[in-house]
Amino acid sequence: MNIVENFDLYAPRLINKKELLSSGHRACSGCAEVLAVRLMAKALGENTVIASATGCMEIVSSMFPTTAWNVPWIHVAFENAASVASGIEAGLKALRKKGKIDDRYVKVVGMGGDGATMDIGFQALSGAMERGHDMIYVCFDNEAYMNTGIQRSSGTPMGASTTTAPAGKVSSGQKTWKKNMPEIMVAHDIPYVATACPSYPLDFIRKMEKAKSIKGPSYIHCFSVCPTGWRCPSNQAISMGRLAVETGVFPLYEVENGHYRLSPDMPKKLKPIKDYFKGQGRFRHLSAEEIDTIQGKVTTEFKKLTEKAKFLK
Amino acid sequence: MAKRIGMEVAVAVAEAVGLCDIDMAAVYPITPQSHIAEHLSDLVADGKIDAEFVTVESEHSAMSAVIGASGAGARSYTATSSQGLMYMHELLPIASAMRLPITMAIANRAVSGPLNILNDHSDIMPQRDSGWISIFVENAQEAIDMSIIAFKIAENKDVMLPVNINIDGFQLTHMVEPFEMPTQEEVRNFLPPFVPHATLHPAKPVTMGAFAMSDYFPEIMKAKDEALKNSKKIILEVWDEWAKMFGRAYKPVETYKAEDAEVLMLTMGSMGETAQMAIDELRAKGVKAGLVKLRLWRPFPFAEIKAAVKNAKKLIVTDRAVSFGGPGGPVFSEVKSALYAEAQRPVIYDYIYGLGGRDVPVGDFVGMFERVLADTANKEVDTYEFWGVRE
Ligand SMILES: Cc1ncc(C[n+]2csc(CCOP(=O)(O)OP(=O)(O)O)c2C)c(N)n1
Ligand code: SF4
Ligand SMILES: [Mg+2]
Repeated sequence: MNIVENFDLYAPRLINKKELLSSGHRACSGCAEVLAVRLMAKALGENTVIASATGCMEIVSSMFPTTAWNVPWIHVAFENAASVASGIEAGLKALRKKGKIDDRYVKVVGMGGDGATMDIGFQALSGAMERGHDMIYVCFDNEAYMNTGIQRSSGTPMGASTTTAPAGKVSSGQKTWKKNMPEIMVAHDIPYVATACPSYPLDFIRKMEKAKSIKGPSYIHCFSVCPTGWRCPSNQAISMGRLAVETGVFPLYEVENGHYRLSPDMPKKLKPIKDYFKGQGRFRHLSAEEIDTIQGKVTTEFKKLTEKAKFLK
Repeated sequence: MAKRIGMEVAVAVAEAVGLCDIDMAAVYPITPQSHIAEHLSDLVADGKIDAEFVTVESEHSAMSAVIGASGAGARSYTATSSQGLMYMHELLPIASAMRLPITMAIANRAVSGPLNILNDHSDIMPQRDSGWISIFVENAQEAIDMSIIAFKIAENKDVMLPVNINIDGFQLTHMVEPFEMPTQEEVRNFLPPFVPHATLHPAKPVTMGAFAMSDYFPEIMKAKDEALKNSKKIILEVWDEWAKMFGRAYKPVETYKAEDAEVLMLTMGSMGETAQMAIDELRAKGVKAGLVKLRLWRPFPFAEIKAAVKNAKKLIVTDRAVSFGGPGGPVFSEVKSALYAEAQRPVIYDYIYGLGGRDVPVGDFVGMFERVLADTANKEVDTYEFWGVRE
């Protein structure tokens, strides 16, 4: 029986029923990023403290004097979620050790968008991971600065049209390949790195739970479809996420202590990327040749990954 | 009872902080603050302080980490200087808006460019409006005392604001001066444990740093302004308490031979001691000179400043930072606006001096007095001048 098709049957048993990110937040309808955040909170449970970067998820969840958060949550600025989280971790550790707070184990989590993580907060994240804090960092990658109006980031894929790298008469949108952030985290030699997507909720939750069980730094890169910024119908976010995985554009894998493993959800044979591109306005301007070039890169990168999974088992 | 010892001031500051049962420190090294960072690390490494020392990769992360830790309820400390303080700038108003009682030492140093590692006040002045309590110290004893006192002021439930302590870089941080270091027992009696009003802990989930638009933002700004103004009462109380316990009294504004003075000079920080020698020299020559030392920069002590300068004919404000294209040095504009509505007030001169560590000997202070005394027609008042600068 397919778990996703029988989700209602399985969900109550497999997923924490408590809503730690409550409804009533201000995300766009069909936003897969906020769905991912909600699933993350469910997987983490109550003994969690979250430090969030500025961005869509911060804005939609914390309009003063309301809050959507049922776990302790702090936002300070755009580029420092990882350093704020590292300070919370250090603070709680000291207070626990000195008996100033109760002795329960609390997981500290930093979260940010692709801009907050891969661009402006890159140094803070690298520092926090290198220092070995007992924390999880989750990047919610919707492939642009959505909160400020769909500007390009280093997570924007080649060829996508954004408001600062638009397609025009002499331009085909983004001119650079997407930064391989999970690999950069692997290079930090941290215990656990994983990619995930809310279109595969059980895979995502399992990875969050694994990260939670690790004493030390871990990093989850969560592919988060943004119908508003990608110009796709708001009822397509889940299937769009699945297509990104099925085409190899965003492969699901994890790296535990240097050992690579593709997620069981990865298909044996990849679909062509045009299946994924065709439903999105941001790729509409691309020519067949341009799509071919991108297809070549996706194929090569996926091959590299499967080789790693073979040799670094 | 504490005994009198001699030690480098930066090291002594770290020792003093070490007596305060801090839970966490995040410090990024920068000259001339580095000895604070290094000595704190030593204290943690030797198990003399039971705290987490987070070796952050930048000052931006240092301030971010202490914000996180303080939000979690930990007594948190940092120290910086110059470029490091400028790098923290973005986060300073956030720390005060969140009402986090962080304390920070600033080893004051000139801001680039050009790059310069020596002392002036151009690093702290751009932070003026960030909502922090801001204190200037003159010597080793004050640096030590304020480092301890700052926690008690910041953590008072009617204050809950961050505090910075300004210690002139090199001129003070690297001096070996005699002082009395309070004992651990004395500090324990003076400084109660930190009791935060809300913390980042699952026992009682809270949201900190929420997003506020025009419907709430102005009220939040007003609340912060009132909190900072109201903190003065507590600052005075805590200083009184300190005086009772340790016999060293502090006031927002200190004066020296000012009562009958016709010409006053106003200084901030370690230059006060040199200026004091100039006053003695001038007094010996029969000049009625006096000194006003401004210790509390924020909240600004309006009443005390007015009272201290009221009877003088002339006031020389000295500035160690420039407000380029503006009305003069930042201290000058502040003092001028404080006195604007006073019926009885001195005329004011501004000398910008000692930039980038330029030495200012006693003779220069004497020279400033002579200069304004020679200006009998008050032609040079309300202007500023770079003192001792080659044309
Ligand atoms: C220092 C700083 N620079 C710029 C901004 C403006 N800004 C706020 S959120 C944001 C983009 C967020 O993008 P991302 O991290 O990808 O999150 P998303 O909104 O896409 O989820 C930008 C540019 C800021 N708040 N602070
Ligand atoms: S802009 Fe995109 S990421 Fe932001 S709330 Fe809307 S759908 Fe979600
Ligand atoms: Mg984004």
